[in-house]
Amino acid sequence: MTMQKVTNVSPAPMTVATPLKDVNAVAAKVNEQFPGAASVDGGSLIVERAQSVPVARLLRDDPSLGVDYLEDITSVDWPDRFDVVYNMYNTTRQEGPLRMKVKADKADPVVPSLVPVHPGANLMEREVYDLMGVKFDGHPNLKRVLLWEGFNGHPLRKDWKEAYFEEEKKPYDQRWPDGKLVRAEDRVPYKDNIVLPPGFDPSKYTAPGEDNVTLVDADALKKGEIRSDTLVINMGPQHPSTHGVFRMRLRLEGERIVDLQPVCGYLHRNHEKIGERNAWLMNMPYTDRLDYVSSMANNFAYAIAVEKLLPTVKVPERAEYLRVIMAEFTRIANHFFALGQLLSDMGAFFTPMLYGIEEREWILDLFEMSSGARMMCNYLRFGGVAKDPPDEFWPLANKLVNDRLERAIDRFDELIAQNEIVLSRAQNVGVLSRADALAFGTVGPVLRASGVPYDVRRAEPYSIYDRFDFSIPVGTVGDVYDRYLVRIAEMRESLKILRQAIKDIPGGQQYNADPAMIYGGPKGWQLKVPKGEVYGRAENPKGSLGFYLVSDGGTNPYRYHIHAPSYVNIGALNVMCKGQTVADVVIITGSLDIVLGELDR
Amino acid sequence: MFGKGILTGLGITFRHIVDSFAADRRRGFGKNRYLPEGKEHTGPVPGWITVQYPEEKLQLPENFRFYPVLIKDDETGADWCTACGICARVCPPQCIWIVRAKKDDGKPEPRPEQFFIDTTICMQCGYCAEYCPFDAIKMDHRYEYSTLERTVSGIHDKERLTVFQSYYAQTHPRAAAAEKAVRDEKEAKKAKGGRASKEEKPAAAPAAH
Repeated sequence: MTMQKVTNVSPAPMTVATPLKDVNAVAAKVNEQFPGAASVDGGSLIVERAQSVPVARLLRDDPSLGVDYLEDITSVDWPDRFDVVYNMYNTTRQEGPLRMKVKADKADPVVPSLVPVHPGANLMEREVYDLMGVKFDGHPNLKRVLLWEGFNGHPLRKDWKEAYFEEEKKPYDQRWPDGKLVRAEDRVPYKDNIVLPPGFDPSKYTAPGEDNVTLVDADALKKGEIRSDTLVINMGPQHPSTHGVFRMRLRLEGERIVDLQPVCGYLHRNHEKIGERNAWLMNMPYTDRLDYVSSMANNFAYAIAVEKLLPTVKVPERAEYLRVIMAEFTRIANHFFALGQLLSDMGAFFTPMLYGIEEREWILDLFEMSSGARMMCNYLRFGGVAKDPPDEFWPLANKLVNDRLERAIDRFDELIAQNEIVLSRAQNVGVLSRADALAFGTVGPVLRASGVPYDVRRAEPYSIYDRFDFSIPVGTVGDVYDRYLVRIAEMRESLKILRQAIKDIPGGQQYNADPAMIYGGPKGWQLKVPKGEVYGRAENPKGSLGFYLVSDGGTNPYRYHIHAPSYVNIGALNVMCKGQTVADVVIITGSLDIVLGELDR
Repeated sequence: MFGKGILTGLGITFRHIVDSFAADRRRGFGKNRYLPEGKEHTGPVPGWITVQYPEEKLQLPENFRFYPVLIKDDETGADWCTACGICARVCPPQCIWIVRAKKDDGKPEPRPEQFFIDTTICMQCGYCAEYCPFDAIKMDHRYEYSTLERTVSGIHDKERLTVFQSYYAQTHPRAAAAEKAVRDEKEAKKAKGGRASKEEKPAAAPAAH
């Protein structure tokens, strides 16, 4: 039995001006090779539609640019056109972002697919097609992904209205001050709220994956004549190991996986459309519901993204520390939970799970004390935090950080890490090579377990992370066991950050006594955000959670897009599972640590 | 040695059992560990038995929030709410309805005639309490709201929502004291400067608590 270890690396934070920061230089470089293909507008690289694939290849392969990491694809519906927006990074020199845009026609939006260059674009392009209706030329499997085929229209287009449509934006006027309760379902009763696309007959509809199930001939099986037909089975959506309503469509050769397609969207609620009709502040509690295991970190990502658009906002020192403390506690709580579930998937039933949850409970007590809720915290505000934690927060936080959690992590690790069953099940299972991890745009512990020392806290330091001394745990093999080890090591690094933060936190004003400390003060709910666009991201426990926000200067976001770590990670599920057995799919999914609230949005 | 890892893990589990037993024994079996007034505890207590809800309940931290309540004055019984409608506007799921009271001559009065919260869609974010300029709507600690249907009892009307200020001061002693200090300071400033408009004043003066 080989000993597998994670290595700790500490790449220096990005300080010097980098080539990617100068979009004009990038455009000049592109235009050398492809004259007239690129231009610059508002800090983004605008690429001609026909040239986008060769340009993306050039950006990736040119050593001076090295844009090897396509993190996010999204689109914006403008009155005269669609913009398809690509946010890309360089992982070796930790540079970025480079925002590439391709314009598409309003009437018939088609852009070339980037799947040949970045395979990870597959799922993200399907999402754009599904929700915005932009077609991708050359995409291998351009089908709806979050919605079903019987859905009429593309919900993120500005002219699309949902069944219970009330008004363009909140606050709604007709709910106030009339005082009469009318339920949405009474306004548009059942059946009137369903519009099917023209020519769609639901009675003849077969869901994807159910169309080509081959049944094995039982007699032939008995006689031993069977030579393993390919069999398509559906794992989920009601399966205990998929961590929610998530389905995997497996094509099997005997017990080996030949192909795996994730089928998701069972928890889809059109979060982005809701977010575009909410006022900026109203989205904060909605982000809690994305990855409901780590709501504080979701708040953090949204707050820093919006704050990038607000030039005057200044976060007080104490609030910065509080944000980091909460985010790192969240990471520990999330990893305990995730590892407990992973080991539960491996068959160590509930013992490690409950040991993990016990520690998580202590951390949730801290959250409840300071924010008022254990899971849906809604704790951060633009320019600060909602409340200063009460006095009893600090003794407990000190006790956890300096004493209890360290021992708990050790005990948790000792409990299972050298267990022979775990080793034989997890080592060299679900291997994701370094190249694949980058190409599929995986994020968080999955990316780092494959040997890429990429962490947003270091690559694009936000808040006050550049002040803390911590390293990035990196795996060597990229298997399930490495993902386990990386998470354990990350918890220890989080503890290191917490120790420094709790020691250094400056005293300061009690924010709850003075609402003006929150940006905008008592009028903050009417916040108007200056015109602009931003891609802000934070290193969440599950990976980089990004918010692509476009403001038209109003009280609501014009475009509110979420780059969900769980969603991009399942894009690599296919390569990880190929050749493995069905039982391994369970633990490979477990090692990705997906949360369906975030995956389906 | 093959099997060492498994034995180590089993050892930890066994130690956990013994520790829990010892913790229970120290405390004395059968004693309530999670008393309603629960002075001793925040966080999970080691032991073999979990919280015996509903006989035992965990103590709630002061900041805990559930559904909102409306505050009324202890002495006069008047609402602090002025029906300004900020809570209804800031509410993310838009679950608040207010009917402003009218005087006999038809002019609006700064007082709610009716106040509804649709708790079936309330997401307990606490924005209403945070942005209310009159400390008139607060997040409550009561959390037992199970019902058999969702259409009628989920809508809390004014009568159901309203609590005395003293109730709030009891559940949130520190917050209530801090808010009172701010109000008193404002009051003192107003008495000195005397330039605050009448419209912004709460319907009733804050009670002395």
